[in-house]
Amino acid sequence: MTDFNELLINLEGVRKLFSAPDRSNHVVLENVNFRLRKGEIVSLLGKSGSGKSTLLRIIAGLIDATDGTVLYCGKRINGPVSDIAMVFQSFALFPWLTVQQNVGLGLEAQAIPVREREIRTLEAIDVISLGGFESAYPRELSGGMRQRVGLARALVMRPDVLLMDEPFSALDVLTAETLRADLLELWAKRKIPTRGILFVSHNIEEAVAMSDRVLIFSSDPGRIKEEVLVPLSHPRDKESSAFKAIVDQVYSIMTQRPLRSAGVDVSSLGYRLPSATPHKIEGMIETLIEPQFNGKADLPALADELQLPDNSLFQLLEAGSLLGFIRIDEGDAILLPLGKIFAKSEMTVRKSLFAEQLMKHIFLANHIHRVLDERRDHRAPEGRFIHELEDFLSETEAERVLEQVISWGRYAEIFDYDYTSGVLSLPKEDSDQSKENIIIE
Amino acid sequence: MLRTIISATANFGPCFRPNIWDLAVLPLILAILWLFAFGGSQMTAPYNIGDSLPISLDPDVLPYYLLRSFLRMIVGLFISLLFTMIYATLAAKNRYAEKIMIPILDVLQSIPILGFLSITVTGFIALFPGNLIGVECASIFSIFTSQAWNMTFSFYALLRTVPYDLQEVATMFNLSTWQRFWRLDLPFATPGLIWNMMMSVSGGWFFVVASEAITVNSQIITLPGIGSYIALAIAQQNLVAIGYAIFTMFIGIIVYDLLFFRPLIAWTDKFKFESILDKEIPTSQLLNILQRTRFLRIFNAMFVLIWEWSLPIFRKRTDNIGKSKENRIFWFDRLWILFLLMISIFSIYHVCEYIQDKVGFDEILHVFMLGLITAIRVVVLIVIAAMIWVPIGVWIGFRLRLSQTVRPIVQFMAAFPANLMFPVVVILILRFDANVEIWISPLMILGTQWYILFNIISGAILIPNDLRAVADNLGLKGWLRWKRLILPGIFPSFVTGAITASGGSWNASIVSEMVSWGNTTLMATGIGSYIADNTRNGDFPRIALGVAVMCCYVMLFNRQIWRRMYRLSEERLRIN
Repeated sequence: MTDFNELLINLEGVRKLFSAPDRSNHVVLENVNFRLRKGEIVSLLGKSGSGKSTLLRIIAGLIDATDGTVLYCGKRINGPVSDIAMVFQSFALFPWLTVQQNVGLGLEAQAIPVREREIRTLEAIDVISLGGFESAYPRELSGGMRQRVGLARALVMRPDVLLMDEPFSALDVLTAETLRADLLELWAKRKIPTRGILFVSHNIEEAVAMSDRVLIFSSDPGRIKEEVLVPLSHPRDKESSAFKAIVDQVYSIMTQRPLRSAGVDVSSLGYRLPSATPHKIEGMIETLIEPQFNGKADLPALADELQLPDNSLFQLLEAGSLLGFIRIDEGDAILLPLGKIFAKSEMTVRKSLFAEQLMKHIFLANHIHRVLDERRDHRAPEGRFIHELEDFLSETEAERVLEQVISWGRYAEIFDYDYTSGVLSLPKEDSDQSKENIIIE
Repeated sequence: MLRTIISATANFGPCFRPNIWDLAVLPLILAILWLFAFGGSQMTAPYNIGDSLPISLDPDVLPYYLLRSFLRMIVGLFISLLFTMIYATLAAKNRYAEKIMIPILDVLQSIPILGFLSITVTGFIALFPGNLIGVECASIFSIFTSQAWNMTFSFYALLRTVPYDLQEVATMFNLSTWQRFWRLDLPFATPGLIWNMMMSVSGGWFFVVASEAITVNSQIITLPGIGSYIALAIAQQNLVAIGYAIFTMFIGIIVYDLLFFRPLIAWTDKFKFESILDKEIPTSQLLNILQRTRFLRIFNAMFVLIWEWSLPIFRKRTDNIGKSKENRIFWFDRLWILFLLMISIFSIYHVCEYIQDKVGFDEILHVFMLGLITAIRVVVLIVIAAMIWVPIGVWIGFRLRLSQTVRPIVQFMAAFPANLMFPVVVILILRFDANVEIWISPLMILGTQWYILFNIISGAILIPNDLRAVADNLGLKGWLRWKRLILPGIFPSFVTGAITASGGSWNASIVSEMVSWGNTTLMATGIGSYIADNTRNGDFPRIALGVAVMCCYVMLFNRQIWRRMYRLSEERLRIN
């Protein structure tokens, strides 16, 4: 049973459409139900483009939801509310204002008198350990200190709810770790009046380390796929088996094959191909066959070995499994027989293997090749395909997906692309011969 | 409220006592204020049309004339700035206003500046009967028109590129429009605006000179100033006086640069985003001294006081919670566009009718032909200027030390009003009996070619050192080096320079296709001389026709050539 007095944020049936310049609408969020209770830290994880940041901005009142209700303490949010503050990934500091002026910006907007403003800004600057830097300009500060200013600017408003959009992802590992610890300490010792924190993260370990609940988003359209509770007390030991088990669990949820019912079919034109260069795919397969993994790797270990942020890793894993080189099972990446052959082959064989898989499994690649083949001059403008993709995807996303398939197609040498004219074509030399290579019966 | 502000500023009490830097700066500031007051009182002297304003060729009067020209410049610049802030902000913030204000600006920008002068001067004189201020206003207005459009466009473009995350911060904290403007929009746009202002002022000197001797109803009014001095020297064929004028202008521009723009540019450095990396940080001795004065602190404190007062007044009071949303009216957009369309069709119809009535269709065709001739001149001249300045500019730009010395000189050349040099060219043409149609043409680009050189030097500096090292390493030489490295590298900068040069040349054609020396008048066929000639005769419908046709050509050039080249360079050749 929910006690409604305990609810800070309550979202019901939230839906968000972005309309493209041409008639088509793109669904970013679909039927999102979410509650933030008092005393809770909640994190959002998911593929990029799954609408996490959009959700955060809807709660912050920066954009409107198309449908559904968005409540703060039982009242509708129609725009930015002074009790809800946000911290930005890019810090978003005003370069021409000093640290103190940046922090005081929100108080200035409320026309708080100078004296009180000064007291409150200096207090916030102190709390976030920036004392002594009041008169510095942002350009004089390091990334970590800039984000401290960003935090102080939010905290000086004495926010009830603190929203953070990937607050630590622009920082190096060590700086991020310190800042996370400092924020958790402020929260635990109740040095800030904030009663609830919701943040978007791209780092699974970070999410598990900080939050009481981890929400995992699925994309197309964005919705909350699953919730993982983290019933560990702070400070959390990242080496403990309980902690590792939760991290593993999140990894395996995030790498589950997308459900067919939940969006666009893998075998359809509009499938969002993951961003992964052919050379990264090669690199991953080569890593997997190394003796330490021997064809099977735990995902956190693989992320560590490849030195990739989680988001890039997921894209890479998805690409690998779409192409039939690997399989993801319960948080493990397993090299398939074809992947093993690939790893042991030389360049030309790799390319023809890649081409074969591309034609077999990636509908879009197959489609482009067929169109080019049918045309007498074996050429077609990119706009033709972007147009087709825009029936399913937003404009920028359609361009990204096409760019992705072009990079795979070029590597596999099944088609060519001219940047200046934007024309796709079959490779010039021995285009007939390459066709024979690809279509192996 | 007031007490808290005062007590907050009172902490700095002892800081307000003058220090040694104040002793140095205060006399300078007082002197400038006195000069302003004196010049200003002279601007409002009684005057009736028909009175003669005696101009003397005595070099002793030149400082006074320089002061008068200066004042017009400063007033024009100030009004331009005010106009820019209001017009551009409205256009950027209100989408209904935007739909009408931006096209209007586009047209205004294409109208030749001296065309404004011919058309508006009678109106200004009528506005202030019996006072010189009317004529002064007309002159100032033409200076304003030479700067305002350009500045407004740049400010508008800058307002549209305010980083999205900063806008989100402003929205999140419920900043009022007032606070947003002073805290976000204006600071963000300041470096770009000041830079553009400096470039506009460079162009402005040309029009200060050109607009002081004004023809009204076939009668010439000469406002005291450098331009009138030159006009008289030309009429009297006095070469020595022209030499004096050129020297005075030279000094004047240097003083303007040192006292005004250098400190300003150095100051705007603090508003720059870090992503804009300059190889050199602009500095100004004067700014350094100013910033050490107590005087400036008092000045600052005054602004802080006003700012604090304004905050509660312009505060945004809503907290966006609990109320229901207002729905946007979508059909209103379409109705608005329809309304604007109808108005423009109506006015185009009336203008056509008017011109048809007064001058006839054949003449319109004739003027279009004249426009074509001037267009050919502009294109050929820009090509020639490019062929001359590209190799020289690249040669200079690849030598960092040299370019640091040369760039300010080129900038000065761009600011120097080229019309001061016209008599020299006219004398040469007369001496060698050269073909007027051909040899008068270079006058058009005399002043504007420097923009091309300036931008090519900047472009060459921007080519990354490692790309040059790679080219050396691979042994790229001769044409291949130009084709693969240099030309693609400088293209974006070249386009920027050529746009300015082309616009300036069209404007200059009005004064450069018809030039005189004493009683001799040299006239080349073209739309510029057509406008100039009809201005001399006071033929209003023909001035309007000439101005309208030139406006069409400039817009065609901008849309069909420059904007495309600009887009091409942005998409394909920008070096990140």
